Amino acid sequence: MRLALEHVDVELEGSPIVHDVSLEVASGERLALLGPSGAGKSTLLRVVAGLERPTAGRVLVDGADVTRTPAHRRGIGLVFQDAALFPHRTVAENVGFGPKVAGLPRDEGATRVADALALVGLEHAGGRDPTTLSGGEAQRIALARALAPRPGILLLDEPLGALDGPLRLRLQEDLRALFERLALTVVHVTHDVGEAFALGDRVAILREGRVAQLARPDDLWARPADDWVARFLGMRNVARDGDRATVTRPEAVHVRPGSGATVLAADRDGPVVRVRIRRDDGVELDAVLLGDAPEPGTTVGVAIDPAGIIQVPVWDASIRGTRAEATSQGAKSE
Amino acid sequence: MDRRRGALTPSQRVARAATVAVPVAFLAVFFAWPLVAILRRSLVTDGTLDVPWDVLTAASTREIAWFTLWQATVSTLLTLLAGLPLAWALSRFSFRGRGLVEALVLVPFVLPTVVVATAFVALLPDGVEHTVWAILLAHVFFNVAVVVRIVGSYWAALDRRLWDAAATLGAGPAQRQLRLTLPLLAPALASAASIAFLFCFTSFGVILVLGGIHYATLETEIYNQAARLFDLRTAAALALIQLAAVAAVVTVSGVLERRLGGGRRRGGRAPRPARGQRLAVVAVVGVSLGLLALPPTALVVRSLQVADGYGLRHFASLFDTTPALLVTPWHAVVNSLLFATAATAIALGVGVPAALAIARGSRGLDVTLMLPLGASAAMLGFGFLLAFGDPPLDIRSSLVIVPLAQALVATPFVVRSLVPALRARDPRLPEAAAALGATPAQVRREIELPLVARPLAVAAGLAFAVALGEFGATVFVFRADWPTVPVAIVRFLGRPGEDNVGTAMALCVVLMALVTVVALVSQRALGRGAR
Repeated sequence: MRLALEHVDVELEGSPIVHDVSLEVASGERLALLGPSGAGKSTLLRVVAGLERPTAGRVLVDGADVTRTPAHRRGIGLVFQDAALFPHRTVAENVGFGPKVAGLPRDEGATRVADALALVGLEHAGGRDPTTLSGGEAQRIALARALAPRPGILLLDEPLGALDGPLRLRLQEDLRALFERLALTVVHVTHDVGEAFALGDRVAILREGRVAQLARPDDLWARPADDWVARFLGMRNVARDGDRATVTRPEAVHVRPGSGATVLAADRDGPVVRVRIRRDDGVELDAVLLGDAPEPGTTVGVAIDPAGIIQVPVWDASIRGTRAEATSQGAKSE
Repeated sequence: MDRRRGALTPSQRVARAATVAVPVAFLAVFFAWPLVAILRRSLVTDGTLDVPWDVLTAASTREIAWFTLWQATVSTLLTLLAGLPLAWALSRFSFRGRGLVEALVLVPFVLPTVVVATAFVALLPDGVEHTVWAILLAHVFFNVAVVVRIVGSYWAALDRRLWDAAATLGAGPAQRQLRLTLPLLAPALASAASIAFLFCFTSFGVILVLGGIHYATLETEIYNQAARLFDLRTAAALALIQLAAVAAVVTVSGVLERRLGGGRRRGGRAPRPARGQRLAVVAVVGVSLGLLALPPTALVVRSLQVADGYGLRHFASLFDTTPALLVTPWHAVVNSLLFATAATAIALGVGVPAALAIARGSRGLDVTLMLPLGASAAMLGFGFLLAFGDPPLDIRSSLVIVPLAQALVATPFVVRSLVPALRARDPRLPEAAAALGATPAQVRREIELPLVARPLAVAAGLAFAVALGEFGATVFVFRADWPTVPVAIVRFLGRPGEDNVGTAMALCVVLMALVTVVALVSQRALGRGAR
């Protein structure tokens, strides 16, 4: 199913949370909504689900206006952060809730439950009490519950937020495989850049209730819209000069034997080493190395690939309204 | 639970043992012994077992038991109906003044039963005031707080995203109520219902004042037989039935309450009501508060009503001698304050150690201490009457028996309000203080005591209010030259003439004012305390 938002505004208790957001998600496409906390991501997701009514703008599903359709008639699935399983029902009853309230025959409902549990790899958990599940299991059951009514669009609100380390990565891979298999239209909220890049065909970066940039992960990385986006994506080689900024992508900074710079810090991050150096002209740069981490204080040579240097506009909060105020209002809503 | 268990000094071990021993000894002498006295009086004659079958199977007993049961059942159902809308409005939304509304709704619950009953006498027109309707309405009036408190706090703690989840899964508003709200609230509803049922089943003051000569429950009939007809054997037999019934209800409610512990809780901040809900919330709160305000208002109006309009004559008459009492009504007020102060001291002396022990994990003590709450006040009074009239403990005609009886009724309230606060203490705070160099004494003085000071004040206030209004037990053991206010009120109501009724109303207003002030102050303290 196709999803579109047109000029959506949301105010909660008088505070503006989302301003003029327009998005389109093609059928079978996976969109990640990425942003810092308080940016309005979850609110936007609730608008799509029908749990929050926008103050202005429209929500379209396959071209039909569903802005005034209540959540239970939209047929859009939603997976909540830390699961929100019904504590008074078994796992199977949780998963079977959607088919049941849809009035499906009992045996059809049971098939749906079995299918959904199999999809998330928890075939035998049906009889369990949801309060006994681990965090990862609960999140899988929440996913199975959202999938059981066979929604055309699936929304996920920080689905991995409550999980840690290896479990998080594993569930992330499982989710990706599942989305590809089911060809679902997916909108997925996260504040984690890696998760957004891994699960999103395209990524919408939300900042203070507005879309700062919407692009494929590669394009985002290659051409961040402004210095704020570059920094948010994790680039630190950003030098402001008036209303322009120069972004030097870390993979374009080549560190080699020689002179002209000093290593300030070197930290291993999996297969690569992230190095912070200071050039003799005083400019500090981040670089990425393969191989062994150099000792801090080592003198090294440095060369920059000109293709890795981008000029971007400077995002100035004062131009678009007072940033501190918008942030504090946003924080209240989440 | 307790990480320092291995490192107790001998003096700490003695202190811990005392926190269990003091309440247990108190309960053994002043609760268990009177109950044994009742059992002995009802089942044993001249050293042999003699079950009073004639009383147990008499038609009049059956009639009284049946009325007790059905009025309690109907009162409970009506209370649920009246309390649920208010529980919904107060637990699912936040709005300005919600805290005040919550505090006001709880006031009827701490109002003395005698005051509530008298207020309905003042409110209802002649001819209705002594019908079963008056009894049912009075019961609803002061049990609504139970429903709002228990169901409301449970409701507020339920994760609201469960309803969102149900909506995204296709459940409409009606289905959400049916499949989610109702089953989720079931344990709280059952718990509130069983507590309300218990209060209505053992209701004494309300039935005595409003039931007149037409309606009697087991509770009032025990009093009638023991104190008016001096038929202790019949009274004890009725007490036996009452004891069995109360034990059954307490057991059921205990089971239900334990089930309340289950389920995932996660409240989150309540939103302001949406446009469509605003009207409903305002209507529910407005109508409920309006109805709850009616009886006390009628009471105040009636207390000011004199033959030729309005005036303070009934209040002035509180200082006059009267044939109804051996002292002036004003003396009864002073007596009540003195007794309530003593009772509060005793209740704290027993309740604080007990709460400490229970917070440490003494589950047996928890159940034991709640027993006096279940055993009705009149039964305790009757037990005192039987147990303490002879050596070794001949204190029936001494003055200490009144605060002792009141303390017994008040202690469960002290424990109930202290235990959650004691359990919520963060064990890291004293540890942090110790790590910063504070001695154990300093830790206690600077950290532990200030943290429980507020809940302690709340517990004391509650005990004081309960003792002030205590009637069921006091009426069995008070001394005619030292009456309390509730006893005096019932005396005045029982005498003919508008002036006596007026004096009763004035006394009720005084008692209501005292209790309301204490209740509101402790409620505000609770509201600001650490949650």
